[in-house]
Amino acid sequence: MPEPLLEVRDLKKHFPVKGLGFFGAAGAVKAVDGISFTVDRGKTLGLVGESGCGKTTTSKLILAAERPTGGSIEFEGQDIAALPDRHLRDYRRKVQVVFQDPYSSLSPRMRVGEIIAEPMLAHENLSRQDGEARVSELFELVGLRPDMARLFPHEFSGGQRQRLAIARALSTKARLIVLDEPVSALDVSIRAHIISLLEDLQARFGVSYLFIAHDLAAVSHLSHQTAVMYLGKLVEVADSLELCAEPLHPYTKALFAASLPSHPDEKREEIVLSGEVPSALNPPRGCRFHPRCPFAMPRCSQEEPELTEQAPGHTVACHLY
Amino acid sequence: MPPLLRVEGLKTHYFGFGGSRVVKAVDGVSFTIEAGQTFGLVGESGCGKTTTCHSLVRLLAPSARIVAGRIEFDGQNLLDLSAREMREVRGRRIASILQDPMASLDPLFSIGNQVAEPAYYHGLLRGRPLRRRVIELLAAVRIPSPEKRFREFPHQMSGGMRQRIVGAIAQAGGPKLIIADEPTTNLDVTIQLQYLNLLKDLQRATGVALIFVTHNLGIVAKMCDKVAVMYAGKIVEMQPVRGLFYAPRHPYTKALLDSIPKLGTKEPLYAIPGQPPDLSKLPTGCSFHPRCVKATRRCRAEEPPDECDSDGATTRCWHAAASQVTPEVAHA
Repeated sequence: MPEPLLEVRDLKKHFPVKGLGFFGAAGAVKAVDGISFTVDRGKTLGLVGESGCGKTTTSKLILAAERPTGGSIEFEGQDIAALPDRHLRDYRRKVQVVFQDPYSSLSPRMRVGEIIAEPMLAHENLSRQDGEARVSELFELVGLRPDMARLFPHEFSGGQRQRLAIARALSTKARLIVLDEPVSALDVSIRAHIISLLEDLQARFGVSYLFIAHDLAAVSHLSHQTAVMYLGKLVEVADSLELCAEPLHPYTKALFAASLPSHPDEKREEIVLSGEVPSALNPPRGCRFHPRCPFAMPRCSQEEPELTEQAPGHTVACHLY
Repeated sequence: MPPLLRVEGLKTHYFGFGGSRVVKAVDGVSFTIEAGQTFGLVGESGCGKTTTCHSLVRLLAPSARIVAGRIEFDGQNLLDLSAREMREVRGRRIASILQDPMASLDPLFSIGNQVAEPAYYHGLLRGRPLRRRVIELLAAVRIPSPEKRFREFPHQMSGGMRQRIVGAIAQAGGPKLIIADEPTTNLDVTIQLQYLNLLKDLQRATGVALIFVTHNLGIVAKMCDKVAVMYAGKIVEMQPVRGLFYAPRHPYTKALLDSIPKLGTKEPLYAIPGQPPDLSKLPTGCSFHPRCVKATRRCRAEEPPDECDSDGATTRCWHAAASQVTPEVAHA
């Protein structure tokens, strides 16, 4: 039986916007607008969506870098959203992050050993020797030589820097690591290294991942479950392999159709979406996807569909089902 | 008929520290492109793809020099042309689409103005016919209400639209060859598909040849007729697209194909050991040997020659014949 580590319910984040001009009405960008999902212990949840769909805002909410407008984030049975900032220390230790760009996420003025030791020194009372021993251990875990701890980040390649970022995330014995596009900035041959490393670390330590990306193939490879996000809402959540085999929501289908073939004769159902993602400041009424949906019905522009279960563990928000 | 473009033994090196440090970014690259063909140039960052493209239009950084080779375009060696003659080639006969559309559009000029520039500069059109042509081009790249967009500026467009406008500019001079250097890297997947389909439609309509520079093998599978894989400044394998995917010959090509995740499977990925080499300190022999599973003493000592096959495929590997993979084992 999978044990939930993180349960997100009806999470919302609205950013207020000042009115434009004298008579302009004030509004809100509904970056995340009522999403619910669960990350199980030792498992990976993939979150896919195009730019501007609210993926990154979701990750900031999970990291408690932003406070939600509404909803709850339950971690190991405790609601984080309701907790005052000063009680978040322990949560922040257990939830770590790896960012997309390994060139801007490591301080250029610190030796990499210090970078990796910093989170654990902040959270634990460690002696210098213990700290150094732990750093060496972490270096070996992520496939770097411990003597590299004395170097500076500019002496490392992109893939090695991403390894450092992973070591830093592991340094506090995190239970959940938010991976925000961890391989997008890397070369193809290096991506496979990082994906394998992440899989390996999960198998060894039972750490959970929230894997945010726009590359469907990478997400379906690494994740047990995949959630598809569009304009601040989840449109479909399913087991990753099942989602690949049988996507239900038209947007998910379009994403799969748009992902590139793995060889020249692979034929795909062509669903070319018209237009671009509308602004989250003024999302369409009814189903948010209806203006671009090839299967839109009159009902879609009126009523907003709810996430309903179509098969065990496969939920979709669409009036077609 | 001679090919549209024939590149022979092209070598472009960067000279640093007064010539004491030489980076061989492009080191003996040869290929041909027929009219109307789509040619893919694949490789990881720093393998020389972009420098190859910049050499074709002779837009290189001051520290770079083309030290050897020929670039024959339409029967003319571009390396013999004066700077002034070269300006007649760029935009009119060879156009470029670059990765970041915000960097290739000028924020201070209107869209109409920028799309009109190549045709105006080359003296092809003026006045009303020029305006009509620009609106046609904008409509061809599916910019909604082109008459209105004509007066707008780049910041008023979305990323996908900006890249389509760059596509319209590339078309404006009526070129025979467009060099597209990672044109969709900054676009979302659904927008990327729209853009790739658009380029294919334009190609069908105008018969222009395309050089597609990318590190994404999916794009190659979708777009290209012929592919060259570059590694450390050299083309290590060149084949028609199906051959490359079904029967890769060079160990590097095969490793690249095995290292990308495929939809719907969780097969473990192959990770190529090591790092791409530093181009100023290349390993001896075959540049790929430190990362290659098949490396032997010969690979470490001697550089493999270009092996040309009867069916037009070339491979640069001592094990080319041995590393051929039968189609059913390959990526079916």
